[in-house]
Amino acid sequence: MKDSAKPSRAEWLVTLPSFVWLMLFFAIPALIVLAFTFHGHTANGGVGEWSFSTWRELVDPDYPTIVWKTIRVSFEVTAWCILLALPCAYAIARLPKRWRAIVAGSIMLPFWTSFVVRVFAWKTMLHPDGWLQTCYHAYLHFKYWLCAWVPGMHVPTAGVGQANDCLIGIAGCAIDAARTTIIDSEVAVVLVSVYSFLPFAIMPIYTAAEKFDFSLLEAARDLGAKNFYAFRKIFIPGIWQGIVSAVLMVFIPAIGSYVIPQMLGGTDCILIGNKIFMRAMQNRNIPHASALATLMAVSVFVPMGIAMWWKKRQAARDRKRLEVRTAQLVATGGMG
Amino acid sequence: MKDDFLVFDHVTKRFGALTAVDDVSLTIKKGEFFSLLGPSGCGKTTLLRMLGGFERPDSGRIYLEGNDITDLPPNQRRVHTVFQNYALFPTMTIWDNIAFSLKLAKRPKGEIEEKVDSILSMIQMSEHAWKHPNQLSGGQKQRVAIARALVDRPQVLLLDEPLAALDLKLRQHMLIELDAIHDQVGITFMYVTHDQGEAMSLSDRIAVINYGKVEQLDVPAKIYEAPASRFVASFIGDTNFFSGTIDSIDGDYCTIQCEGFPAIKAYNDKNLAVGQRVDLSVRPEKIRVTLNPPLPEKGAGINVFASTVQDIVYQGVYTKYWIKSGSFRISAFKPHSRFLLDQEAITWNDNVFLWWHPDDGYMVEVK
Repeated sequence: MKDSAKPSRAEWLVTLPSFVWLMLFFAIPALIVLAFTFHGHTANGGVGEWSFSTWRELVDPDYPTIVWKTIRVSFEVTAWCILLALPCAYAIARLPKRWRAIVAGSIMLPFWTSFVVRVFAWKTMLHPDGWLQTCYHAYLHFKYWLCAWVPGMHVPTAGVGQANDCLIGIAGCAIDAARTTIIDSEVAVVLVSVYSFLPFAIMPIYTAAEKFDFSLLEAARDLGAKNFYAFRKIFIPGIWQGIVSAVLMVFIPAIGSYVIPQMLGGTDCILIGNKIFMRAMQNRNIPHASALATLMAVSVFVPMGIAMWWKKRQAARDRKRLEVRTAQLVATGGMG
Repeated sequence: MKDDFLVFDHVTKRFGALTAVDDVSLTIKKGEFFSLLGPSGCGKTTLLRMLGGFERPDSGRIYLEGNDITDLPPNQRRVHTVFQNYALFPTMTIWDNIAFSLKLAKRPKGEIEEKVDSILSMIQMSEHAWKHPNQLSGGQKQRVAIARALVDRPQVLLLDEPLAALDLKLRQHMLIELDAIHDQVGITFMYVTHDQGEAMSLSDRIAVINYGKVEQLDVPAKIYEAPASRFVASFIGDTNFFSGTIDSIDGDYCTIQCEGFPAIKAYNDKNLAVGQRVDLSVRPEKIRVTLNPPLPEKGAGINVFASTVQDIVYQGVYTKYWIKSGSFRISAFKPHSRFLLDQEAITWNDNVFLWWHPDDGYMVEVK
């Protein structure tokens, strides 16, 4: 690393394989997908002539809703994952060194089982006759009972419907069994997505937390900070890079997720991944599927790009302001 | 006792089977520069951490200005620490690092700016205010760490081996600066170190700690000249020990008989009786080494021993001689002086004379 501006031959050679790999299997396929969107489709499932017909077909009133729902669900999943991963990674990083490897390793343990099998296991657990469903109903009963007893609290009456589907709560309030199942709902999709992606959030945060100097928290407390304040102001900024990686590691697969909504979302939670699958496999309309994929990518990357540009501009402004302030300080501070 | 500024009252702290701090009682005066000096693992850092609130004593209490602070968490004590690794917040600028405690205390913005700017100029770091800690040198980080801990004027400033990570020149420079800062702010400093030189040059008083107990608490000169125990005498500076029995007493002086060594005259400040066992400590710089015996009028009443030079270690400021006398191997320092260059140089295997005044020996331990 004598001259970082001019990569040496060795650096080129080292970079070349991954560059070729990314070109062949990422950049070129992505461009092909983009090119497909400017084609029509043929009746036997092939790609047709150049035309804008696919983009015109895309003006379906359902799509904005689905795109929005996909983004919203992905955000929810990411938020839960980070929220759970933070204390988890913190706790692992504070363990004695010998235990850290064991606990971190056991977080990766589920990966030894097939992803589909694990999602299928959730299907059983969330079944209307399953124990989680029973717990959920018990919780709802408790909530309604509480609502009836606490004066001034609104008693929810949702779900009073077909008698055969109704469970009667202790307070005499009806709970619609059909409407309050977890399975085939957005709740199930978020729950199982969080379960599936949590290790991808814990790992980068843990890696950052392991390198974090915990004596900084002691220093913060010494200077008068409460535990949570020190966690928020010192620990979180200290592992910020890990959090950013975790967000990307969860958000990107969540956006493209289709197995989980397919198996657990029912009709309540159809995401863009399911639509793409439907168009590509059932309708055999590859250009349409390509257009949906492009639409999804654009609706994520454009706001992200704007946010990054904004942040960069903000940072440049801050730096400028600090330079001015420093100059002032040195001018007025009576420097020797 | 509780009326004193800072009091450790019979404080004990155990970690498993290890007693890190063993029934320590200390009283520290307001504005004092107080040092805890001892080898690593002696419990001095544990004492400091208990005062900082990071450890809780198993028994005993700690009082600060009359208030029992033993069970207060660190954030509720006006006691700040300068950590050995500085522990500056890497994601914040120097300015924000220093402003941290003031912002926490929700001081008005103008006051924060004024205080931070003024302490920055005190430590001569104004032009570095907007840098991040990783852009600073070790000495600069050190100064920022001190400023950060001092800016909201704590009741006590704790310094945990603050100079250990610096090189020799910088350490000497920071010693002077620390002393100046202490004089300027007038806050009580509690300084932990294993370096006797640092403790000696900075402290008003030193507590020498060993195995969790205070061996001696006194001013630096007393610690050096009148060590309370064999440990203190050997930990602070070099010394030669002569273990023996008191043979005879002559007024204020006595004669000590050691095995394998001629009788030694010493000042009997402890009024010991004949037959009692003592350890006599004689510092190497108090022993003179010459090729010829002292002149008779000078030599009367002092200790003179014929001996042989075994080893010579040149150390710049002085030369260290290892000298065989009787069955003892004695170290002696001899400073250099161009004025005496015409004197014949002492070399290996020379027969020399060791001599010192009885007042220069100190009886450290009575068994």
